Amino acid sequence: MKVLLKTLGFSLALTLLFTFVTYLLPQVEGEAPVEKEVDLSSLTMDDFITLGEDLFNNKGTCTLCHKPAPLGRAPDIQGTDMVTLSDERLADQRYQGEAKDAAGYMLESMLDPSRYVVATWGKKGTNDSESPMPAIDKPPIELSAIEMDAIIAYLQAKDGNDVTVALPSPEDAASVASTDQKASDATALPAPATTVEEALGKYACNACHAMDSSDTLVGPGLVDVGTRLSKEDIRQSIVDPNAVIAEGFAAAMPADFAAKMTVKELDMIVAYLLEKK
Amino acid sequence: MNDKHPSNQPERPSTQIRWRHRLWIALSMLLLVSGWVQAAEESTTLNSITPIGVVQVAGEPLIAKITPDIADGDTAEPIAAPRPSRSDYPNIGVSSRAIVWILAQLHLFFAALVLAVPLFVLMIELLGVYTGDERYDNMAYEFMKISLTGFSITAIFGGSLALALFVLYPDFMGYMMHVFGAQVLVYAIFFFLESFFLYTYYYGWNAFRYGNLKWVHLSLGLMLNASGLTIMVLANSWATFMMAPSGVNEVGAVVGNIWEIMKGPLWNPINLHRFIANIAFGGAVVGAYAAFKFLSTNDPVRRAHYDWMGYTSNFIAILAFLPLPFAGYWLMAEIYAYSQQMGITAMGGILAWLFIVQAVLIGTILLAGNFYLWAGMSRTDGSDRYKGLIKYIAVVLVVCFLIWVTPHTLILSASEISLLGGSHHHILGPLGIMPAKNVAVNLMLVATFLSFQLYRRSDKVATVSWAPMGNALMVAIYVVAIVNIIFLGVYYGYFTNTVYKVGSSVVQVASTLVVIIAGIILDTLMFRNAKTLPSHWGRIPDRAQYALFALPIAFTWLMGLMGYVRSSVKTHWHVYTVMKDNSPDNFIPTIAYAGNMITIVTVLFLLCVLFMFWVANLSSTRQAKPAAGGAV
Repeated sequence: MKVLLKTLGFSLALTLLFTFVTYLLPQVEGEAPVEKEVDLSSLTMDDFITLGEDLFNNKGTCTLCHKPAPLGRAPDIQGTDMVTLSDERLADQRYQGEAKDAAGYMLESMLDPSRYVVATWGKKGTNDSESPMPAIDKPPIELSAIEMDAIIAYLQAKDGNDVTVALPSPEDAASVASTDQKASDATALPAPATTVEEALGKYACNACHAMDSSDTLVGPGLVDVGTRLSKEDIRQSIVDPNAVIAEGFAAAMPADFAAKMTVKELDMIVAYLLEKK
Repeated sequence: MNDKHPSNQPERPSTQIRWRHRLWIALSMLLLVSGWVQAAEESTTLNSITPIGVVQVAGEPLIAKITPDIADGDTAEPIAAPRPSRSDYPNIGVSSRAIVWILAQLHLFFAALVLAVPLFVLMIELLGVYTGDERYDNMAYEFMKISLTGFSITAIFGGSLALALFVLYPDFMGYMMHVFGAQVLVYAIFFFLESFFLYTYYYGWNAFRYGNLKWVHLSLGLMLNASGLTIMVLANSWATFMMAPSGVNEVGAVVGNIWEIMKGPLWNPINLHRFIANIAFGGAVVGAYAAFKFLSTNDPVRRAHYDWMGYTSNFIAILAFLPLPFAGYWLMAEIYAYSQQMGITAMGGILAWLFIVQAVLIGTILLAGNFYLWAGMSRTDGSDRYKGLIKYIAVVLVVCFLIWVTPHTLILSASEISLLGGSHHHILGPLGIMPAKNVAVNLMLVATFLSFQLYRRSDKVATVSWAPMGNALMVAIYVVAIVNIIFLGVYYGYFTNTVYKVGSSVVQVASTLVVIIAGIILDTLMFRNAKTLPSHWGRIPDRAQYALFALPIAFTWLMGLMGYVRSSVKTHWHVYTVMKDNSPDNFIPTIAYAGNMITIVTVLFLLCVLFMFWVANLSSTRQAKPAAGGAV
């Protein structure tokens, strides 16, 4: 019994020591994002900028990565004049996006971060062609258009630049709310294409394949694909493009169509291509 | 494993038996490896198109199906993950998360134990067959005996956990059942299989003890382990799906087959990490049993037996523990690759402070493990040659431990910040970031291996002619590795950007592994036919046994802590990015709250383990027949 008490006492004391260590550390709770109500009728630009700063530091989780060197895992934003920097990026010959001004560049960077990847900050092994940053209008961050505008306003204002984004109007809010409602619908799925033209456009097939000629864009022309491939081959080349790669072409076709396409879309595209003879 | 047990050297098995041994091992390995290879293979083209392969376009005439027996379910519209509101979660008056937390953790503790024990029991039993020494066989049987009740306790907590989840999180569990479907039945089937092999393995131990029947028994053990591991990897896929869902689209609708759902990016890293961690944990728990039995008796023979058992358990625990940080590193690297945001939430966000607690726990494990090895040197007369080095190893361990627990950010008042000239101390600040901690943890592992190596050498004197050269080579490997670890940590950690910092840690880990692997190979060659010095099992201070209690307590707490981190990186998501957690507990609690919860589960586990050991001893206790007068 004496040994039992001694060993139990020792074990319990050690357990409590570990618990004690947790009491020495900062006690912070990580709240889940909560919806904030903003009265748009009385919203000033200063309020909008403050909202942007709050989103930047909290819900947007931007500061997880965008920290000053050497701590950051992404370029420092708060210590940089982002308007000047955005103008430099737009003038960079590596820039392949569609933005025309600093605000557009910042919005594009949030919606499609891989459009321009700052040198050395790309995903490992992608030669700075792919950004590790998530699209922030999608889960898990899911910022609305108004919220992204607020962040842009903050990024412009923090270094004394003019704010070029407009204050949101009640109509904008109604529009966002409607979009949010759709997104939160339990059965909501990405809108499927109803015609083959829509499907080809949705998955940007035309960006790499010429449909009406044998010209090579990025991938081979598909004007006569129906004579070269069977239905199953066409299906396979869409859902598993790396299984067989046309001679002379690199494995550049996205491999995630199987996860993205609806069955109806896939069948429409397969049937369409099969008729190309 | 140490063969310095108090027995005479056994006879060498005959050539025929050795061949049989090799054949059995080869077949066993082939079975295991083929299973793993099968599991690791990429899905075939057919698999990848199966989920969408045979669906017809609405309104169009039917086209030929690939397989005519595919169900109509394939044509059903995919169902998105539910989005429950707060009112959809039952309110029973106490925190649902706390209930699930306790049940899940207790289930996992026991599951880890009962998966690990048969693994090293099989190895020890095989060692007994090889050496022909029945002491190994008896010890393996004793390990099984003391953990047998653990299987029932695991099932009880598992059933309670499932019940709690279905009652408290009905929408979430409905979605998980929808996603995993029949896979859950496969899990249940393997549970029955494991039970069958467990009972035949344990109760058939003495019936299948010699000759060909021994190989039947070993095969039962192999199947027991195969069933257990399959159960583990199936259950792991549920956890990794919640962290990094695959086989579903952006709204959680199933678009892949079950294999695509299971083989998410974190599945194999978790499988490996849990496999290794379970062995370390299991070794530590049974080591505490041996330590308790050692302290409870004054009989020299029994003390020698339990000293040997405790040493073996500690050996298993520490050996499995050494590669664990590397498996953890792989897991974190995959988490970062899957979602940098998730990785930083764990390592640099709100959960980062928990890694200070982790450092305290791992420091405790390494200090306790080293202390036990140093104390164990008193068993052999030849250890005097190495005892002088212990104080230096201790200094390295303590200094590295202190660096490891140094926080980057200090909790300071405004006046203290003013005195410091900033929120970061000019010395402690640099020591608080990962490069310093990488150096510290690698040096601690190298120092621990040195303790282990010295212990192993303490009862031997090398007789090979090249022994001085071998020693010089070993010293050179240590020096180069230590210089490399420090240089990489300092240069790439403080003078380049984060990308190189992360890359350099891989080379640091490689340096540590080189020391361990080179040390094992060199000692194996150098101490072949070595002169053996006398060693005395049972000759170890009582206080050394407390190291064997510290290990399981620290391991249990560590598992509780890291399990909490793993689960919390999902933040306010049941299934990351596809199903939000809208329950009242969808926030990350304070560290102290988490600490309290982990302590509760650790103490409950301790009590359950005591019960398990008590029941095991009860089976070998026989009440004396009452005397005629009624007195006992």
